[in-house]
Amino acid sequence: MTEAAAALADAHRREWAIVLAATVRVARDLDLAEECVQDAYASAMTAWDKSGVPDNPAAWLTTAAKRRAIDAIRRDVVLRSRLPLLVVDDDEEGAGGAAGEGTHMEKLGEAVPDERLRLIFVCCHPAVAQEAQAALTLRLVCGLPVPDIARAFLVTEPTMAARITRAKKKIATARIPYRVPRPADLPERLRAVLAVIHLLFTTGHTAPSGAALVRADLVDRAMHLARMLSSLLPDDTEARGLLALLLVTDARRATRVDEDGRLIRLRDQDRSRWDRAALAEADAMIVSCLRAAPPGRYVLQAAIASLYADAPAYDQTDWPQLVLLYDRLLQVWPSPVVALNRAIPLSMAAGPEAALAEVESLEGDERLSGYQYLPAIKAELLSRLGRTDEAAAAYRRAFDLAANEAERAFLAGQLSD
Amino acid sequence: MAQYAILIYTHDSAHRPDATPEDTATCDEHADELTHGGSLVMAYALTPRDMATSVRADAITDGPFIDSKEVVAGFYVIEAPDLDAAIAIARTNPAVRDGGGVEIRPVHGGGFVQRADG
Repeated sequence: MTEAAAALADAHRREWAIVLAATVRVARDLDLAEECVQDAYASAMTAWDKSGVPDNPAAWLTTAAKRRAIDAIRRDVVLRSRLPLLVVDDDEEGAGGAAGEGTHMEKLGEAVPDERLRLIFVCCHPAVAQEAQAALTLRLVCGLPVPDIARAFLVTEPTMAARITRAKKKIATARIPYRVPRPADLPERLRAVLAVIHLLFTTGHTAPSGAALVRADLVDRAMHLARMLSSLLPDDTEARGLLALLLVTDARRATRVDEDGRLIRLRDQDRSRWDRAALAEADAMIVSCLRAAPPGRYVLQAAIASLYADAPAYDQTDWPQLVLLYDRLLQVWPSPVVALNRAIPLSMAAGPEAALAEVESLEGDERLSGYQYLPAIKAELLSRLGRTDEAAAAYRRAFDLAANEAERAFLAGQLSD
Repeated sequence: MAQYAILIYTHDSAHRPDATPEDTATCDEHADELTHGGSLVMAYALTPRDMATSVRADAITDGPFIDSKEVVAGFYVIEAPDLDAAIAIARTNPAVRDGGGVEIRPVHGGGFVQRADG
């Protein structure tokens, strides 16, 4: 790979969002902006090969993409007059942006964070369907090609392309503004963004079906987004909490399956192979979050994951403390899945009988009716109580519900025991 | 500026044929707020679901078109610069805190018809 090609690949991964976000403001049209940014990246290859990699690749690419957008706007004035344009506030730098390149270069440094936030918030606007929010974020913020996004969500390429087109059309027609929400709306809107990043991570971490348990690229993209958001909103503890949660979960990536792709339970995982640097980074974040504000959902989830990971061995996990953390989590996020997960530390702190009663009380909750972990946890508790026939039936039910081949293989192993 | 239609979904409309001013006070107050805010373009309150008649190719039936817990109790059109502004206005509708909700639809076109006989 030439120096220019390497720099370009790096700029695609790291600066795509910056370049696109700034271009969208000029183009006032997501498709046009995407096209111009793509052209700018293509032209960079030749230009950088000839005259060397610029000091600030993002600024170079932004200037090139904006110039293309301005040219296109001049060419298609009539066509554009019939298009619903993106709502962009005019009090800031508008279509004249690329005129003074010198000032633009200087301004890039401080103006950039807001530009990316605008892009993230428009992709994750609650008026856009959540699956489309995730797809748009991958396309616009991460620059992932549509075929890759389609593969990640296990749909055909035309289906994914249509989903993204529909979302863009709604943004323009319903006039979803290209703007960071006002402070009063920020917590609610941020929750939507965090939920999308979390969804991307979990989709990659436990692929809903198919052979590979970890779709590493999605996990990396989600981690990159969480890092970006946490650095753009340094005072927000939930953004940092989400990053910490992803770090802790991902630190165990290498030990979740064996060489044959079989699922390994937390208790059987080789703790010496966990990424201790990532765990330490997450620990420091969690402590600072807990000190700063009453913890929200992600900070508490991160604290729980971290407490599991901090124990030198599974048997030495601080179970009573975990039950307390789950109790607090249930207060801020009353989810049946959380209540179910609480049964695991409860079974260690108070015994399997108490935990089984909790699990059975959740069986009637229809939100959990297709959730394979409920019968899986129930089976585990029953087998600890020596009720093997009932345990086998529960394992079979979990097996029938699981779609991921690694998880099915694991449950099949439990069934044969 | 753009126009958005807001459809009010509640268990039923408060505007019965014999409704007293007290029955519709919450709705009227909200209409006044919107009028003073300058965003309201037009507004209609509808009669309750019992008054509705649905028409399909093969039948005419009593009641709302879609059999659901909520019905469209009324609709109005507002003017707002963008969807976030429209959401901020829509969310103040009393139906939102009374167990119902509202649906926001960008208006494509339309308006009152000019008639020759006035």
